[in-house]
Amino acid sequence: MVRVELPAHLRTLARVDGEVALDVHGEVTQRAVLDALEASYPVLRGTIRDHVTHRRRPFMRFFACAEDLSHEAPDAALPADVAAGREPFLVVGALAGG
Amino acid sequence: MSGVRVLVGTRKGAFVLNADGKRDRWDVSGPHFGGWEIYHMKAAPADPNRVYVSQGTGWHGQIIQRSNDGGRTFEPVDNKFVYEGAAGTHQWYDGTPHPWEFKRVWHLEPSLSDPDTVYAGVEDAAMFRTTDGGKSWHELPGLRNHGTGSKWQPGAGGLCLHTILIDPNDPQRIFIAISAAGAFRTDDGGATWKPITRGLRSPYLPDPAAEVGHCVHRIAMHRSRPNTLFMQKHWDVMRSDDGGESWREVSGNLPTDFGFPIDVHAHEPETIYVVPIKSDSEHYPPEGKLRVYRSRTGGDEWEPLTKGLPQQDCYVNVLRDAMSVDALDKCGIYFGTTGGQVYASADGGDSWKAIAEHLPAVLSVEAQTL
Repeated sequence: MVRVELPAHLRTLARVDGEVALDVHGEVTQRAVLDALEASYPVLRGTIRDHVTHRRRPFMRFFACAEDLSHEAPDAALPADVAAGREPFLVVGALAGG
Repeated sequence: MSGVRVLVGTRKGAFVLNADGKRDRWDVSGPHFGGWEIYHMKAAPADPNRVYVSQGTGWHGQIIQRSNDGGRTFEPVDNKFVYEGAAGTHQWYDGTPHPWEFKRVWHLEPSLSDPDTVYAGVEDAAMFRTTDGGKSWHELPGLRNHGTGSKWQPGAGGLCLHTILIDPNDPQRIFIAISAAGAFRTDDGGATWKPITRGLRSPYLPDPAAEVGHCVHRIAMHRSRPNTLFMQKHWDVMRSDDGGESWREVSGNLPTDFGFPIDVHAHEPETIYVVPIKSDSEHYPPEGKLRVYRSRTGGDEWEPLTKGLPQQDCYVNVLRDAMSVDALDKCGIYFGTTGGQVYASADGGDSWKAIAEHLPAVLSVEAQTL
């Protein structure tokens, strides 16, 4: 299971507490994780990445294993520790935007 | 008529204010959606418990919420606003072409007869509609694809469609306003649109009488007279008596004719209200005195309403969607300020009191008569 940590506003919107655990099929990439997240929580569509282009929203960031992965290609493999569930994939609101 | 519900959208959440018909004690609930900008909330006239909310932040974009119990609980509905066909371009601030990009919903206007049908005015300016209670939204592209669309230019607040008025006698006839494109009318339910700007003059345009480009801040209508429209423009208060075909200025003796909201008394179609603001760069009341001005003659002759409003050192603004009226007798008037006060008058404007204070900056106020 891949662990995803959402920012507070999105936890409220999705009505979840703490981390979300997702079954991700195939290679664990940013796109695969977000596809699985949106499939489980359709209310999050459009709030992290654009509805149509699937580009990351400007004030959203993706961190994992103490690295900023925001600018990695959506189909690049995420760290093995994220794929194995040892570390969470962090969806973070940037220090701007509100 | 048992009471009034006032829906208040603020920069950091929504508040719902309830009172009985006397309107002297108010129960304030909220913040709902704390931390989110609430550009507008409005209830469906055909089902007073059906409330639609435009919610957003710079982080997460647009959310639409819907309540089926008068604002006690909410559920998110569809938030996908995608322009129909090729998005095209409008003018950017520097005059260059700029692609149309959806940013937010400024205004939600439920149908007068069907609670599942709602119009949404959005930035970049376009009109969307749902006919399934918010489960899906579809653009009415005839407006954006109107021949002048490529000339539209954003105002300081963005290229926003902020006013939607449905003719109570003919729901196919809808008036809208866009900053800073002007005002438009459809007579066929949104398929085709025409600019309704003859008589408007805006010195900040190369051609002050141009067909498009006027920064219309707000339009209001009394439901008994859908051909009579009142407009607060960037500067100038205007009126039309022919469904927008022509306009004449009715600023009269106002201390300044700049401002944002304009509204009409629920029972007196010639009684109108504005909040004069000092200028386009000084967005606060003249002389630090917060005054609502009332005209009982449909414009031209105005009187200041000050009782209960701060008359010194007041430098708040009142935004375009932040004034509303109820339908009780006497008519109640409500407005919210960027300083977080919501003021109410239960006597047509003769006297005022703050019914909520210290809220985040108020973006919108809608009164419902229950």
